[in-house]
Amino acid sequence: MLAKRIIPCLDVRNGQTVKGVNFVNIREVGDPVEMGAAYAEQGADELVFLDITASHEGRKTFVQLVKRIAVHLNIPFTVGGGIGALTDIEALLAAGADKVSLNTAAIRTPELVDQMALNFGSQFVVVAIDAREEGGKWTAYINGGRIPTEKELFSWARECEDRGAGEILFTSMNHDGTKNGFACEALAKLSDILTIPVIASGGAGNMEHFAEVFTTGKADAGLAASIFHFNEITVPQLKHYLRDRNIPVRL
Amino acid sequence: MNVAIIKYNAGNIMSVDYALQRLGVNPLVTDDHGFIRSADRVIFPGVGEASTTMQYLKNRKLDLLLPELKQPVLGICLGLQLMCRLSEEGNTKCIGIFEEEVRKFDPPANGAERWKVPHMGWNTIYDLKTPLLGEDLSNRYVYFIHSYYAAVGPDTVALCDYTVPFSAALQRDNFYATQFHPEKSGKPGYQILKNFLEL
Repeated sequence: MLAKRIIPCLDVRNGQTVKGVNFVNIREVGDPVEMGAAYAEQGADELVFLDITASHEGRKTFVQLVKRIAVHLNIPFTVGGGIGALTDIEALLAAGADKVSLNTAAIRTPELVDQMALNFGSQFVVVAIDAREEGGKWTAYINGGRIPTEKELFSWARECEDRGAGEILFTSMNHDGTKNGFACEALAKLSDILTIPVIASGGAGNMEHFAEVFTTGKADAGLAASIFHFNEITVPQLKHYLRDRNIPVRL
Repeated sequence: MNVAIIKYNAGNIMSVDYALQRLGVNPLVTDDHGFIRSADRVIFPGVGEASTTMQYLKNRKLDLLLPELKQPVLGICLGLQLMCRLSEEGNTKCIGIFEEEVRKFDPPANGAERWKVPHMGWNTIYDLKTPLLGEDLSNRYVYFIHSYYAAVGPDTVALCDYTVPFSAALQRDNFYATQFHPEKSGKPGYQILKNFLEL
């Protein structure tokens, strides 16, 4: 049976893993390659590395880092953050990334999703959507959650699927950093209208939240950062908890 | 040991390269017929689209070279599918080392159970009948990412269940193939690549 995936997410700035709350108050927590290898050893199913460096120099550092990750890691990993052109994507692919996630670039240039799917295959294309709910409407944001757009979460996710995205990574900005649980209602709706897998992100605070997101939230994968980085929950603990609740996990 | 990884037009083949390096082997990524013919092991990896990749192989006559190889050959993911007879993806006539046909996962429209396509993530393999996998790996999780699958047939040597049971691995003589990615499958994957080098 296909297992629900547990995905630790590592935000990387200037080669170091960092963690912020609600996209701000960022602090450093460790070396991405070492942390990635440790998570793989613990049983993480996949990893996401997001580059939150703004500078051009930082970009080159990130490609070097992706290569180091690929050399050491024996599980799949997605890279994202600040990717704007096919040449960036080719460099990340050549460095050994399994999947690339687009966020701002996909909204600014939706054709990039089609081009990526065509050139590299849908399985390589993750579209990350940061969205905030206000008055019952989910609005997609770009630039790390700073700028609202015209795009509405559900129709945008559908459009991404139609354009060839292989997976949607949805972060609820209302829930991110709160540790009050995932946006299960919106996630379930996403899962119902899409045929591609959905990764849930934002709001994980305890193990029960993961059980919820895989049942009522219908998510295919659950992503979290701080609770793993600060050892509030370990991956093996979480997986045993889920298995005891009859949720299929890889143990 | 000389290991050739067949050079592709697309997809992440670096991860196969790195996985072999972790096993102490330095493979060469190449489409050179001479090197491929004389290599001790040949790996035919790949992710991508069937018809365009098949065309790429034809342009380099790799579709003719592959079936002639005598050393152990390992196809991975799209590699497995292109070693089959034909694929529904782009209605592609493939290399035909294996008899099986490649079909698209077709989730029931209104089924009670929701099936996502691609079949992405970790799933268990069973009914293992090949030295490539041994027996210890029965019911272990390995990593899949694919929208098309090889139907169960005479060359099937391992099964996996998704919308239907499908071929997780195929073997005929010196030709081995896995639908999953051993290079991304943690410890079981490491064992499988090690088994392949020791065949």
